[in-house]
Amino acid sequence: MLALRGLAGGYRGARVLQGVTLDAPAGQVTAVIGRNGVGKTTTLRAVMGLLPGVEGEVTLAGERLTGRPPHLVARAGIGYVPEGRQVFPDLTVEENLRVGQRRPSRQWPPERLFALLPNLRERLRNLGRALSGGEQQMLAIARALVTDPRVLLLDEPSQGLAPMVVRELAAVLRRLAGEGVAVLLVEQNLRLTEAVADRILIMAKGQVVHEASAAAFAAEEEAVRHRWLTM
Amino acid sequence: MDPVALFTLQLLNALSLSALLFFIALGLTLIFGIMRVINFAHGAIYMLGAYVGVTTQTLTGSFALSLVLAPLAAALLGLAFERSALTRLYAREHSAFLLVTFGLALALTEAIRLAWGPDPRQAELPAALAGIVFVLDEPFPVYRLVLIGAGAAAALALWLLLHRTRLGLLMRAASQNAAMTAALGNDVAAVRAAVFALACGLAALGGALAAPLFTAYIGLGTSVIIDAFVIVMIGGMGSFVGTAVGSLLVGFAQTFGNFYFPELALGATYALMIAVLLLRPGGLFGREE
Ligand SMILES: Nc1ncnc2c1ncn2[C@@H]1O[C@H](COP(=O)(O)OP(=O)(O)OP(=O)(O)O)[C@@H](O)[C@H]1O
Ligand SMILES: [Mg+2]
Repeated sequence: MLALRGLAGGYRGARVLQGVTLDAPAGQVTAVIGRNGVGKTTTLRAVMGLLPGVEGEVTLAGERLTGRPPHLVARAGIGYVPEGRQVFPDLTVEENLRVGQRRPSRQWPPERLFALLPNLRERLRNLGRALSGGEQQMLAIARALVTDPRVLLLDEPSQGLAPMVVRELAAVLRRLAGEGVAVLLVEQNLRLTEAVADRILIMAKGQVVHEASAAAFAAEEEAVRHRWLTM
Repeated sequence: MDPVALFTLQLLNALSLSALLFFIALGLTLIFGIMRVINFAHGAIYMLGAYVGVTTQTLTGSFALSLVLAPLAAALLGLAFERSALTRLYAREHSAFLLVTFGLALALTEAIRLAWGPDPRQAELPAALAGIVFVLDEPFPVYRLVLIGAGAAAALALWLLLHRTRLGLLMRAASQNAAMTAALGNDVAAVRAAVFALACGLAALGGALAAPLFTAYIGLGTSVIIDAFVIVMIGGMGSFVGTAVGSLLVGFAQTFGNFYFPELALGATYALMIAVLLLRPGGLFGREE
């Protein structure tokens, strides 16, 4: 569904991405793990059109997205759940959701959305800043879903969440993959990753350096952890 | 004169001044809220509104038409300027934006001098608005009551825009997190252009409303932009409610300062600003960044 080919670029003076190539197929959870600072967030920003001057290619079901501004990338069918959640703090939950809805969501009308993320229903009139971390995360996911995405990018959604909320999150991600969404999950939390991912990719120094199915990854975890994940 | 009547008249004077200041300060704060920059050209746009208003009225005899054409002309000018010059600058240093808008202020002032000449221009109020009413047995100009009504109507209209329309929702969202607003499928550049045009239109409407009272003259923009800066600082940059409250405070400080302490009048506004900023550096309704 989503394909990245040789993405390169970064920030002034720092070429963070050194040719990132990966695929996120429909109906699967593709996880990307890697040490701090290897370029996971930068990769997602590059896909969204939020990073100027990117080289390489991003395609969505064969349609080339590279170089488009963020709002057209989103309209093409990519939902973005950013690092740190970034809910609008001074908008209500309901308003946060409306920002993503240029027209009423077809795939995620309210009944379906609140069946998936029940906690949000009672919070509709509360400000984004008043939510707990877990609620903010669910709101960030809901806000991306109502844009009717074919691909969902999530950047460390488990960060700062209690174990029970992480389990809820895992269930939500599996449900979404079951609906046919291509989920691209950036994570540091190996437990969540192993629980939900179909494939696990490891990033180091701005490239994908290793790729394995979830089962294969579990078998080789010690070696992988030692080689690419410990500091 | 009865002190109660006197006080009441000053109160109404203060409210009418607040209303005029509100039109220009509102635009400044809307632009700051979404672009995080000060538009130095805002005073010149207000002045342009006054001149276009006076000329419209001279040519057509219609005050009402001047209140339509002046904001329309300024909004179109603002839109063209935002799309051609400003839109490239958001990603750069703020100083570039300040310089370019300062340049526009100078250019616009000179253009007005060339087009209208150096002498002040004044238009007559239509008869229905030129009269007086009696407030507690004292005469008071009808037009100042009209201004108070216009300011209140503008505040209400803006509140409805911000809270009851999609454009308003996107304005609020973009002022909190522009990148995320775009990443959810919204054309933030178009929102910025709309805000800039709207802000210019509001300033010009204020200028056209002010013209019958103050006449249109070169320098009208400079005096009023300083008051508007003070209001936006007092209210808190980017805050709609803060701008309304700041306009009231400055209008009152100037009117009552002038009346009761004429020798300190100029200082009243600044004393107010310093007092507020000492207590709350982000302004009354601002967030400290
Ligand atoms: N806005 C920025 N300007 C300059 N450098 C940046 C910026 N954002 C990130 N970097 C640098 O780019 C590199 C990659 O950052 P990135 O956020 O993509 O890493 P990450 O893999 O997401 O890390 P983490 O696990 O900590 O979230 C880091 O060295 C970081 O310091
Ligand atoms: Mg990151």
